[in-house]
Amino acid sequence: MEQAIAYFTEILGSAHVRVSHADRLVYSYDGTPGYQALPDCIVVPGSTEDVSAIVTYCHNHYIPIVPRGSGTNLSAGTCPTQGGVVVLFTRMNQILEVDTQNLTMTVQPGVVTKDIHNAAEVNGLFYPPDPSSQAISTIGGNINENSGGLRGLKYGVTKDYVLGLQVVLPNGHVLATGGKLTKDVAGYDVTKLIVGSEGTLGIVTEATLKLVPRQEAKSTLLASFRSIEEAAKTVSLIIEQAIIPATLEFMDKGTIAAVEDFVNVGLPLEAAAVLLIEQDGKQEVVQEDMKKVESICRHSGAVNVTMAASETEAEELRRARRAALSALARLAPTTILEDATVPRANVADMVNAIEQIARKHDVRICTFGHAGDGNLHPTCVTDARNTAEMERVEAAFEEIFAAAIDLGGTITGEHGVGEMKAPYLAWKVGETGIEVMKAIKAAFDPRNIMNPGKLFAKEQRKRVTL
Amino acid sequence: MKNSTDIQQAFHERLDEGELMNCMRCGFCLPACPTYIHTGGNELHSPRGRIAMMKAVHDGEMAPTEEMKASLDLCLGCRACEPACPAGVTYGHLLEESRAIFAEHEEKSPVHKLVFGDLFPKPKRMKQAIGAVRLYQKSGLQKVTRTIGFLSLFPKGMKELEETLPEVIPKKERVHRAVYHAVGEKKATVAFFTGCLMDTLFHPTNKATIGLLQLAGCEVVVPAEQACCGALHGHAGEKAKGIEMAKHNITAFEASEADHIVLNAGGCGAFLQEYDTLLVKEEGDWPERAKRFAQKIQDFSSVLFTLGFIESIPLKLEEKTITFQDSCHLRNGQHVFKEPRALLQAIQGTHYVEMANADSCCGSAGVYNMLQPEMAGEILKEKMNKVNDTQADVIVTANPGCLLQMKAGCNQHSDTLTTEAMHLADLLWESVGQEQRQNVMN
Ligand SMILES: Cc1cc2nc3c(=O)[nH]c(=O)nc-3n(C[C@H](O)[C@H](O)[C@H](O)COP(=O)(O)OP(=O)(O)OC[C@H]3O[C@@H](n4cnc5c(N)ncnc54)[C@H](O)[C@@H]3O)c2cc1C
Ligand code: SF4
Ligand code: SF4
Repeated sequence: MEQAIAYFTEILGSAHVRVSHADRLVYSYDGTPGYQALPDCIVVPGSTEDVSAIVTYCHNHYIPIVPRGSGTNLSAGTCPTQGGVVVLFTRMNQILEVDTQNLTMTVQPGVVTKDIHNAAEVNGLFYPPDPSSQAISTIGGNINENSGGLRGLKYGVTKDYVLGLQVVLPNGHVLATGGKLTKDVAGYDVTKLIVGSEGTLGIVTEATLKLVPRQEAKSTLLASFRSIEEAAKTVSLIIEQAIIPATLEFMDKGTIAAVEDFVNVGLPLEAAAVLLIEQDGKQEVVQEDMKKVESICRHSGAVNVTMAASETEAEELRRARRAALSALARLAPTTILEDATVPRANVADMVNAIEQIARKHDVRICTFGHAGDGNLHPTCVTDARNTAEMERVEAAFEEIFAAAIDLGGTITGEHGVGEMKAPYLAWKVGETGIEVMKAIKAAFDPRNIMNPGKLFAKEQRKRVTL
Repeated sequence: MKNSTDIQQAFHERLDEGELMNCMRCGFCLPACPTYIHTGGNELHSPRGRIAMMKAVHDGEMAPTEEMKASLDLCLGCRACEPACPAGVTYGHLLEESRAIFAEHEEKSPVHKLVFGDLFPKPKRMKQAIGAVRLYQKSGLQKVTRTIGFLSLFPKGMKELEETLPEVIPKKERVHRAVYHAVGEKKATVAFFTGCLMDTLFHPTNKATIGLLQLAGCEVVVPAEQACCGALHGHAGEKAKGIEMAKHNITAFEASEADHIVLNAGGCGAFLQEYDTLLVKEEGDWPERAKRFAQKIQDFSSVLFTLGFIESIPLKLEEKTITFQDSCHLRNGQHVFKEPRALLQAIQGTHYVEMANADSCCGSAGVYNMLQPEMAGEILKEKMNKVNDTQADVIVTANPGCLLQMKAGCNQHSDTLTTEAMHLADLLWESVGQEQRQNVMN
């Protein structure tokens, strides 16, 4: 490693190579509880060429590489569990171009998601993917986790907006995929393959993103319900009516209380569940849709439906929903969030299953999530020091994944597999799926230096039977 | 690092494990942190990183290092990370405790010794020192030293601070009467905390504050026995001295039996408000007494606001554009930010412009600008750009440290800026008009 450090220092300068214990410690974790491991060193490249030189060296010397955005991911994807080199993109944080003719934006990987939103908006355009971590997360992280957000229901997720990439492959070669084209079927869709690859196939050093026209109008409402079933049923009814809201978010009672305690926007503390619903588009369409949504809510038992009177009010409600996870962290020392996703018609069944499982294992789970796309975040508030409880938590989550799969769902809807969920990947994709994925990994990265230990587990979990 | 094992042990015993665990490493605090931003996104200088280091030392996974200490030193203590943290981690307490532990095991720098050992704990010494400054100003020496560049021997921050020193008020004018009566109907009795900087360098501001409180219907008591609040010590890791001062002040103010204890210095206010945490482990009835004391702390702007000052006293000035720089401790510590803005917006004839990032630290942070001149300078430069964008004639602050820093900023940028820095109390005092001011004098 000494030699590697000397080499990196030579090409990057000593300011951009960090090796002290403190330096390594602060890059030993991400947003995932329970995972921490020291890297050997941290490098901060300033260009694709720098990245290529670093990767080539690591390739030649079999050194693990962990690309890192802001380390907000929740599946231990940026935790350097095999040691090696953490690559930061804080210097590669420029928006290179906003092309208003082709409606694209070209960015470096270290650009913070929110800056992309702002840059699009300044040009009268719109970049839809909006993970709740947008104020912190980077586009490199979003691309590699294929992040979703509050607008996923109508607008899709990050993969739907990545048109082209520049990627440094594990052998140091630079690959360019896609471009500003809206149509391109030349060969395998490597762009899509890289999206969601969790830093295991290469390092994204540039991305061309698709922008869409900015919506004319937007309207937001909050509906509160006496029971979770009523709220879940409402979700299904809205979709059945062929209304696709831009946002359709769900929070249960426990989450509401925790969030309100933090944001103080007057959420209904007595409700068993709330739905945050938004529509955007042409003024008339928005009005019509929201009227229908309101009436569906009322018919299916909403005790209260409030329309946000202003953009400030609407933004407060969105802020409240975005703060859900972290606000739950106020309740107990350890917060473990899951990402189980089911077909949206089964949201009610899934929410019920989560409640039952929590009761059975005597653990406290609050649930919120993107109900409109079936992506739920059952979140367990616990204390890692209580080993007996931690075992019950683990058992409960295993059953929750199993329940999701049984309902035709998946083990993660947006946070990725990382290291945390690697033992469960086979539950979703099957043995053949694992074989195909491993073959792809080997084709890109025969020496297994790119974010090793992620996606594929040494040992798989046996499927529990409910 | 020397004493590494002792420091480690102290971290283990004294840092609140629950609080350390509350940090869920979500990173929401990162974009709020000036040192993270100004180091180009270095996690070592982020709240999340600092907490991770504290936890690692607490858990025995890392030995305390010079680097860790340097990271804590670089922290402004502005606590912008606290309101940004959805998990409610009280970073400020963790920071203070960590700094205290390091400080207790450290050889102190001469500047540190001078400032904390001699100057602030002893109001008398402070007054003497300030007296010396006055002598120095009066004697013409100031002019001379400035010309011969004597000051370049001092650390950069010190030098800039010197340039901004207001003229010190002669001692006899500094002494307060013990009680100032309310003008008109008496609505509340308040005890006024004079503060050491405010009482000496910014004495007119104190007078203005008392006048405003009188106009708002307050009977203002000024306990004679009060000492420095101890904030500078607490923030710089001199916790024991802070505790000593807290006890002294609690005793002094209990005698006044006031409804509120009022300040015009955001930094002192936030610290006084935390006497309860500071004294929580003290013996006897100190914890309860500290709690009662802490609950009475209010910024003068909140008192004016709640007593309906805006409605009852007409405020007017000649045409001016005004902007406001939050005091970190007033905003992030005491959660006061609406009130000063409401008061400013009520001044007829003026135009209030909200400055971008008014809530981010100006880089003053107690004596930070003396100890970390480089980072402070970086931050100030950016702040002055934002001030420039507002085209304001006056930038108003509500804390002496910030005021000095903004004055330094205005001086440095006087080629591009015509802005003047003022304390909120002084501007309000100016805007109440001659007649009202006369009322108070009577
Ligand atoms: C409070 C909170 C709320 C969240 N809300 C959401 C949400 O609503 N939706 C959602 O989808 N996620 C959410 N997340 C998860 C997380 O924010 C996202 O996964 C995000 O995309 C991670 O971005 P990052 O910059 O922090 O990347 P990191 O966490 O640093 O990295 C994520 C992955 O990408 C890889 N990577 C990063 N940059 C590159 C690169 N340039 N090239 C190759 N690989 C790279 C890393 O190796 C890692 O595997 C949330 C997290 C938190 C803490
Ligand atoms: S916002 Fe709070 S919980 Fe999140 S990383 Fe910062 S201190 Fe920790
Ligand atoms: S107190 Fe200020 S400088 Fe220190 S970590 Fe918090 S935000 Fe950063």
